[in-house]
Amino acid sequence: MDNKIKFEMKDVNLYYGDFHALKNVNLAVPEKEITAFIGPSGCGKSTLLKSLNRMNDLVEGCKITGDFLLDGEDIYDKRMDINKLRKRVGMVFQKPNPFPMSIYDNIAYGPRTHGIKNKTELDGIVEEALKNAAIWDECKDRLKKSALGMSGGQQQRLCIARALAVQPEILLMDEPTSALDPISTSKIEDLAIELKEKYTIVIVTHNMQQATRISDQTAFFLLGEVVEMNQTEKLFSMPQDKRTEDYITGRFG
Amino acid sequence: MRTRYNEQLNKLHLQIVTMGTMCEQAISKATKALTEGDMVLAGEVVAGDAAVNQQERDVEALCLKLLLQQQPVASDLRKISSILKMLTDLERIGDQAADIAEIVKKNNLKLPEKYLHVCKMGVAAVGMVSDAIAAYVNNDLELAKEVIARDDEVDELFTKVRTELLNDLAKDNHTEGEILLNLFMVIKYYERIGDHATNVAEWVAYALTGEKA
Repeated sequence: MDNKIKFEMKDVNLYYGDFHALKNVNLAVPEKEITAFIGPSGCGKSTLLKSLNRMNDLVEGCKITGDFLLDGEDIYDKRMDINKLRKRVGMVFQKPNPFPMSIYDNIAYGPRTHGIKNKTELDGIVEEALKNAAIWDECKDRLKKSALGMSGGQQQRLCIARALAVQPEILLMDEPTSALDPISTSKIEDLAIELKEKYTIVIVTHNMQQATRISDQTAFFLLGEVVEMNQTEKLFSMPQDKRTEDYITGRFG
Repeated sequence: MRTRYNEQLNKLHLQIVTMGTMCEQAISKATKALTEGDMVLAGEVVAGDAAVNQQERDVEALCLKLLLQQQPVASDLRKISSILKMLTDLERIGDQAADIAEIVKKNNLKLPEKYLHVCKMGVAAVGMVSDAIAAYVNNDLELAKEVIARDDEVDELFTKVRTELLNDLAKDNHTEGEILLNLFMVIKYYERIGDHATNVAEWVAYALTGEKA
């Protein structure tokens, strides 16, 4: 936890209409480390994750209070450019969601949106993103083929490559391996550990062992609150709160 | 929720306590055999070590099965990993009790009048093992720490008796040398049993606190 704080949440409350989904959340996400969010379904972890790049803006009746400071700057400030924010904070979802277009175009989509038209430059970005997502060797000979023809594990790494193509600073991952087989899961986990050299990663996972394998710190959520946050090894060997102990040992949840 | 897991943990709990009891009995019987020169009892302890070894393999198998099937975390992880470690120490304690009995049996050894206080070491060693297991059963951190502190008493007894044996050996006129050397082996085994009981107590502390005492 020696790294500087990349994202800081202060007294965050979030409501979906009358439902109080996040309650007084205070959390710090260190730079170039992996932070895991765990907790039972409906505890608010994905809600918080989505708030980090303002995906909840699209949800009707969603009201958010408190501070979300990215490098000290409030992302909910009126002057914040949402497109720029989402370029800085990329997201990978539970189910791989490649666009129905070629592998190349999937990756080039973001950079093109941000105004890059030069083919040589785009070629370079596509290659680098696919290499960084450890999938270049598997798809370099079929870049013009549809991304929908790839396996689930390949599609998920393609989605990670797509997120990396716009050179984000933070990568949000919402249960990125829950639909994948163990081999693909292991590749994504190895990739996450490699990626933290350059990126800050926040991952929501239902897989406790995954959290212990890849994350540096873990936050346990319950009923919209952060019950406990600690270095992953400590949280899983000697949790301080009985509710954490009961959840991670499978006594409830 | 987690019914089967709890059943397996309860079984593990019973198995390790049983193993602890087997070790206590082995030391007590070995000490009695030594004090009274009871060769039949000594033979029983030597033969009984196989059962302790089998118990070790059974507990170990259950621990490995739990690691594989349940991928334990938090208190479950601390408990199972502590038991895996305690197991090795208990198995060694069983061996050392059998070693004492073996010396008695092989040499027809009976504790000489002058060295009756050696059995104090046996009593202290049994007490340490017994309390280390009690600390585990009752989640008693204070008792675990007390066991660890008591190792010094066994060590002091060892040093004291060792000096006595040395003095007698220096005076000896080739008559009692073998007995004295055998006794030296015996007190060394007791001293080692104290060390292993200390290890068990340290693992009990780890299971309770996440740190070794």
